[in-house]
Amino acid sequence: MAELKKDGPRVPTVIADDLHIVYRVNGAKSGKGSATAALSRILKRGEERGVRKVHAVRGVSFVAYRGEAIGLIGSNGSGKSTLLRAIAGLLPAEQGKVYTDGQPSLLGVNAALMNDLTGERNVILGGLAMGMSREEIKARYQEIVDFSGINEKGDFITLPMRTYSSGMAARLRFSIAAAKDHDVLMIDEALATGDRKFQKRSEERIRELRKEAGTVFLVSHNNKSIRDTCNRVLWLERGELRMDGPTDEVLKEYEKFTGK
Amino acid sequence: MSAPPSPDEGLTAAELAAKYGLSVSGARPSLSEYVRQLWDRRHFILAFSRAKLTAQYSQAKLGQLWQVATPLLNAAVYFFIFGMLLGAREGIPKGIYVPFLVTGVFVFTFTQSSVLAGVRAISGNLGLVRALHFPRASLPLSFALQQLQQLLYSMAVLVVIMMAFGSFPDLSWLLVVPALTLQFVFNAGLALIFARMGSKTPDLAQLMPFILRTWMYASGVMFSIPAMLADKNWPGWITDVLQWNPAAIYMDLVRFAMIDGYGSDFLPAHVWAFAVGWALLAGGVGFVYFWKAEERYGRG
Repeated sequence: MAELKKDGPRVPTVIADDLHIVYRVNGAKSGKGSATAALSRILKRGEERGVRKVHAVRGVSFVAYRGEAIGLIGSNGSGKSTLLRAIAGLLPAEQGKVYTDGQPSLLGVNAALMNDLTGERNVILGGLAMGMSREEIKARYQEIVDFSGINEKGDFITLPMRTYSSGMAARLRFSIAAAKDHDVLMIDEALATGDRKFQKRSEERIRELRKEAGTVFLVSHNNKSIRDTCNRVLWLERGELRMDGPTDEVLKEYEKFTGK
Repeated sequence: MSAPPSPDEGLTAAELAAKYGLSVSGARPSLSEYVRQLWDRRHFILAFSRAKLTAQYSQAKLGQLWQVATPLLNAAVYFFIFGMLLGAREGIPKGIYVPFLVTGVFVFTFTQSSVLAGVRAISGNLGLVRALHFPRASLPLSFALQQLQQLLYSMAVLVVIMMAFGSFPDLSWLLVVPALTLQFVFNAGLALIFARMGSKTPDLAQLMPFILRTWMYASGVMFSIPAMLADKNWPGWITDVLQWNPAAIYMDLVRFAMIDGYGSDFLPAHVWAFAVGWALLAGGVGFVYFWKAEERYGRG
């Protein structure tokens, strides 16, 4: 593990200690998928029946400090998003622990929204789901709608979300998610979607959020955006922490590894 | 840049965490803290339940009219099968069978759908559980609340049916409020219990409809338990025990409150004590049982 510069008293905000995350998937056990095969599996005692385990994060340890912007890199399926969710306390750890300062939040509100409801009601529902109060939402409502640009082409906010184009829906989702201030903020790049104009606006908003937050984690496949914004990078491969250090060093190795 | 070696050198993760006051992410809060967190999320719980209720029929042409039409059709089916074809009316005074049946169907459906929604409350909303932080009990409670709102639509239908069959509003109708409040607490408790079980074993969603149907047939939704057993020569306590089943208790209380001619002789002994007891038992046990696994929801 690369040594980091130590200047002044550094206050840790997130500590991961030998963290393991295991997903259990029902009904994905290899073998015949027929009902009789399932029955014989039930009858055969032994290890958990019909359940396949996916060991997504294997023994990751690190300490993150206040004021750091940390990039998470690695190939697809290397456990980056899983690690973020575990830090946020959303996925229970199989082994090991994560200690955090306050409640880290993941920039992701998609799951709380309902396609059958109007955009208007989704703004309120999403805000409440993130833990904002009714007054806060009321105060920010216009800001959220304006930021999403949904109403630029007519009064769409009063239509059900299922009538939106995918780009419009993504924009509204991002606007709702970005409306709240956070202590430890985690951003999965997939959130920054929409047309060029909107992408610019959302990048700006992410920079703002970074300033307000104590520590920022960013998952990205775009090395340039990591270089622009992060001072430290964690490189995950197959659920293991392969490298941890200053952005330039890690990215150099990573680019060598991926053959760029 | 050279700095003096950090005083934190050599501390284990746990010691370091303790030094800076970090807490374990995703740890289970104490029971009182959990109640407080839930209270903070009350607006979300209410908004989520109402959103679910609205979303349910938003694609239908008749829209929210189905909130009323669904219970009405339900009652019509049971009336046709049990009232006209099978004639399960024995022991019930003529003229009150329809209100008797419809009340039973509505009140039982309230519990039934709360349980079914509870089973899927966590396992059907894993995306939400994995994306956002909130006390997980918000979900089953929200679903129970959705069923309560659904029941209020049914009650509007019921009032019309009652008046059509000659039972008019009077003071005793007020008893419906405590009866349904207690039933709601009971349902919320069941929803919490089944939400935890369903999060571990999603197969329950397939199994529960059968168990609930058995429960329905045993609870006297379409027949009167004492009248059914009157000619069986069984000891009286069997009737009491059957009537003390929570579903039967809440159905009988609402019938007693609303139907003229369904007097206290249809009720088992200590009926209100049982109504309160079941509510407190299910509510208390359900809440603690659900809270005990709080940090584990979202796995799998």
